[in-house]
Amino acid sequence: MAENIDLDVARYSPERDESPSLQRYTVPLRKDWVVLDALNYIKDRVDGSVTFRWSCRMGVCGSCGMMVNGEPKLTCATFLSSYAPGPVRVEPLRYFPVVRDLVVEMSDFMTKFRRVKPWLVRKEEKPISEGEYLQTPEQLDNYKQFSMCINCTLCYSACPVYGLDPFFVGPAAIAMAQRYNLDSRDEGADERMDILAQHEGIWGCTFVGECTKACPKNVDPAGSIQQYKLTAAMHWFKTLLIPKTSK
Amino acid sequence: MAKRPIEPLFWTLFSGGGVISAFFVPILLFLFALALPLGWITAPSYESLHHLVSLPLSRLFLFVVCSLPLFHWAHRFRYTLYDGLQIKHLNEFINVICYGGVIVGTVVSAYLLWNF
Amino acid sequence: MSVPIARSTPPHTPYHPRWYRKRVSTYWWLLQWSYFRFVLRELTSLGVAYSCVILLCLIRALSLGPQAYEDLQKRLASPVLVALTVVSLLLVLFHTVTWFSLSARAMVVRMGGKRVPGVLISASNYVAWLVVSGLLAWLLLR
Repeated sequence: MAENIDLDVARYSPERDESPSLQRYTVPLRKDWVVLDALNYIKDRVDGSVTFRWSCRMGVCGSCGMMVNGEPKLTCATFLSSYAPGPVRVEPLRYFPVVRDLVVEMSDFMTKFRRVKPWLVRKEEKPISEGEYLQTPEQLDNYKQFSMCINCTLCYSACPVYGLDPFFVGPAAIAMAQRYNLDSRDEGADERMDILAQHEGIWGCTFVGECTKACPKNVDPAGSIQQYKLTAAMHWFKTLLIPKTSK
Repeated sequence: MAKRPIEPLFWTLFSGGGVISAFFVPILLFLFALALPLGWITAPSYESLHHLVSLPLSRLFLFVVCSLPLFHWAHRFRYTLYDGLQIKHLNEFINVICYGGVIVGTVVSAYLLWNF
Repeated sequence: MSVPIARSTPPHTPYHPRWYRKRVSTYWWLLQWSYFRFVLRELTSLGVAYSCVILLCLIRALSLGPQAYEDLQKRLASPVLVALTVVSLLLVLFHTVTWFSLSARAMVVRMGGKRVPGVLISASNYVAWLVVSGLLAWLLLR
């Protein structure tokens, strides 16, 4: 294995630059290093001005998402040696505005995520005296996969529709809506349906499937969206033929 | 009260068209546009084919096979134009071409099969 | 009340630094092999539309008489139409293959509490497709 590897890191300072440019750094190529280690090496030893987000460095917080050689990846889970002999191109997440260097502005995702009501909606809360909500393992199984999302938004960077359509709510948000819709404790499916099925919230999706490929937690957002489309379509027909079914 | 969206209907028709075209279109296209004209298979006589198509069940089947896949094309092509060429601002024009084409095709197939 | 909310960002102030927004290229679908495969999959709808048109021409020719049917057969045997048909057939076959793999991922089928693996759903689709095609061919050619 070679001694070193080159990293081409996107640099952008809004006060100075019109658009991002790549700056090359040489870092040691250690067998156990991930791209995040290389970036921290650069920040500690070479150029302290490089700016990027990271936190847990073990693939559970979702902070360190970046484009590595054109693919959205968690940099704490992407080994440097898989890109040998390099160079490795590290850029900020695609389809989001760039604040500086490798940091992107996530407000659009946050707004859309909040819109789907990602919490348990109950018509009436069960009083504490009645005890906990009980759920069988089968009921847990229904939504468990979609609950694994760490909000890293790699799926948003993989989805061309998100890049092209400003109204598209996005893979993670819809997967989260499905997670709560399928939860046996939740009673908010109708409310979410009203919000999502309007205004091309979900219908912009053309099942490209890139989101599922990019997801580091195997949430399969693409599958969840298609399932949601089916539910929404059946709901549409049901409320058309039996008007009293709505709400 | 929020307006009732039309997209779920379009998506259902698109899915139905996708299933129909996935199952029935390959063999029909292969037989009638390739194997028979090029003489790879001995053609059935005109009378037997005419008789087969004139049966009510065949007419219904052919109506479905000619109209639903067209809808599948319209819906899919509309989104391909939106995303592929980024011409969503021309959406009225695109909708007319796509869904208008489907309506024309459906009407033509209904007319042809009714008067067969 | 329900107003479409397009992309939202915090409000801009005169001292707020300028974020960089890259415009998505018109050729985004050429920049990645997976994107190109996706657009090819979507373009299979053109093959489907072509097949519908051919079927309608066929029905019309059949209703007009044996001579019209003969003429259509000759037309279909011309090099241009054969080429178009071959391309459409490839597109339609690609549609079938991709549709079966997509529908396996889009549907959740549960049997006996456990989720049926997607491979099984695709496999049963292929079997059904072969049976249906065989049946149609037999019906039309006997």
